[in-house]
Amino acid sequence: MSSTTLENPTAERSSGSQPERKKRKSPLPWFLLAPTLIVLGVLTGYPLIRLIIMSFQEYERAQLMGVPAEWVGFQNYTDILTDPDFWTVLARSFVFMIFCVFFTMLLGILIALLMLRLNKGFKLLTSIGLLLAWAMPQLATMIVFGWIFDTEYGVVNHVLTSITGNDWMGHSWLINPLSFFFVAGIAIIWQAVPFIAFTMYAGLSQVPGEVLEAAQLDGTSPFQRFRLIMVPFVRSILTVLIILSIIWDLRVFTQIFALQGVGGISEQTNTIGTYIYQVGMAQGHYGPASAIAVILVIIMMAISYYYVRQTLKEEEL
Amino acid sequence: MSTSAAAIAPERQTRSSTKPPAVRRSKDTRRKARNSVIWSAISVVVFLFSIFPVYWMVNSSFLPTSMIRGSELHLWPGSNFTWRNYEVAIFEQDRSPFGPALQTSLLVTFFTLIFALLFAFLASIAISRFKFKGRYTFIITILAVQMIPAEAMMISIFRIIDSWQLLNTIVGLGMVYLAAVLPFTIWTLRGFVNAVPADLEEAAMIDGCSRTKAFWKVTFPLLAPGLVATGVFAFIQAWNEFVMALIIMTRPENMTLPVWLRTFQQATMATNWGALMAGATLIAIPVVIFFMIVQGRMTGGLVSGAVKG
Repeated sequence: MSSTTLENPTAERSSGSQPERKKRKSPLPWFLLAPTLIVLGVLTGYPLIRLIIMSFQEYERAQLMGVPAEWVGFQNYTDILTDPDFWTVLARSFVFMIFCVFFTMLLGILIALLMLRLNKGFKLLTSIGLLLAWAMPQLATMIVFGWIFDTEYGVVNHVLTSITGNDWMGHSWLINPLSFFFVAGIAIIWQAVPFIAFTMYAGLSQVPGEVLEAAQLDGTSPFQRFRLIMVPFVRSILTVLIILSIIWDLRVFTQIFALQGVGGISEQTNTIGTYIYQVGMAQGHYGPASAIAVILVIIMMAISYYYVRQTLKEEEL
Repeated sequence: MSTSAAAIAPERQTRSSTKPPAVRRSKDTRRKARNSVIWSAISVVVFLFSIFPVYWMVNSSFLPTSMIRGSELHLWPGSNFTWRNYEVAIFEQDRSPFGPALQTSLLVTFFTLIFALLFAFLASIAISRFKFKGRYTFIITILAVQMIPAEAMMISIFRIIDSWQLLNTIVGLGMVYLAAVLPFTIWTLRGFVNAVPADLEEAAMIDGCSRTKAFWKVTFPLLAPGLVATGVFAFIQAWNEFVMALIIMTRPENMTLPVWLRTFQQATMATNWGALMAGATLIAIPVVIFFMIVQGRMTGGLVSGAVKG
């Protein structure tokens, strides 16, 4: 919080209104912002406009070769919205997202609570493990998990064979869509938990110890202490973390795409990101793919609305 | 916060008076000792689960193929330790080569890093040291832009980069990365600029410095750690990025390392897992090292703003 008070708007105001007015007229801030505005305008704003335009056009491979694109109004949108494939993919993405967010938050919070109870040595040990998982590049992570769950030589099949006595060797985890998403989920959760755990730990460790001790003497259960004291204290962090997790777990292109590369049938395992890639880049239906992309952007913006509002409030801009 | 504390406080007095404190304490210490053993044991389990995939990647990268495809598990390379997988990953000719991919990755990352730091530095000064019309809109924009997924934009970005004849170029991919990392970089750097009190500058100005000089002499040196941390973030993002590299660097000789890593898996051939793990390890090493340097900043920012009584 100190960061915002240091900005010190009161000091400026008290030093007279003149410098403030002078600053407001100065073009200097706009010079400083110019490079950023140009980059974002050209490589984010312009592509976004092009995307929206393309979603209203008939845009196929032929248009890449220079055939002028025809306006088709909402045709692409009605095609997409009446396509059962799209709804399957959308539903799959959301169910998978909910699965990942739930377990990421649950494990993250449990590990944060655990870290509060550890002594220095074990806390360091846990932190090192979590940091390693967090630092791993997404693509490398997915490939490693593909190897761990490999059909022929994977460690999971080895271990399952020796534990259960049944022969698991040769069991393919990625062919069945359900177990494909199980593997993808484990990998994504494995990588997402550290950020949640560290952030929750940092937040929870600021809950005043006396209050918790007092509650303990009153005979409250640990769960009551968590729900009634800790959660209200870190509510805003918790909300931001859930929203960020929802956003991150909806955009799991790299992870799903990489795991589809290891094995797995893409038609049955596409999430919204890989679906756009398949329809647009692979099949060349740029118009419909743009319409799906626009729908995705709208969903993302709606979800992040609260995050942006919350961040602006916290920062007291 | 204060309400829940107040609600619990009165109850406390009635309860504690009913039990003799001495008995409680000895029971408590014993229970505490037992609990701490349990917690430590669980933390070891968490540690093992966290490091297992990383350990398995490194372990497999040092095993000879015969042992990787063996009927038993080998938890440690031991005397069979071999660099062979790394040789295959780096030098084998039947795939796209490692050298050019490394070069492309380094150049694109470097391009992104330099311009992201420079532009973000200027922008963060603007939004944290000046009050101007449009500042608030700009901040909302950079927060919202971060939420637009690359998957949604890939089609139009591919079309635009293609029409500018910039497919398969460092500049083309670098520009896309720059736009992708700038909002986050500005936001992070802004936190660091805010943390340097403007009063320090004002004090220097009273001592006779010009505003510009005060900034370079006083504020800038204090920002150095922030620039390093932000730079590392930009580095990691550009180094790991996969989606845009996949569609913009279409020629094998222009691949970045993440795209190169995918060439190990071809439908027609059995995957050489040892070499693939060696490749994955090579890509992960710089990220893990850099990440360790700056990890503290990552959670710190979110918490310092968000925890309030």
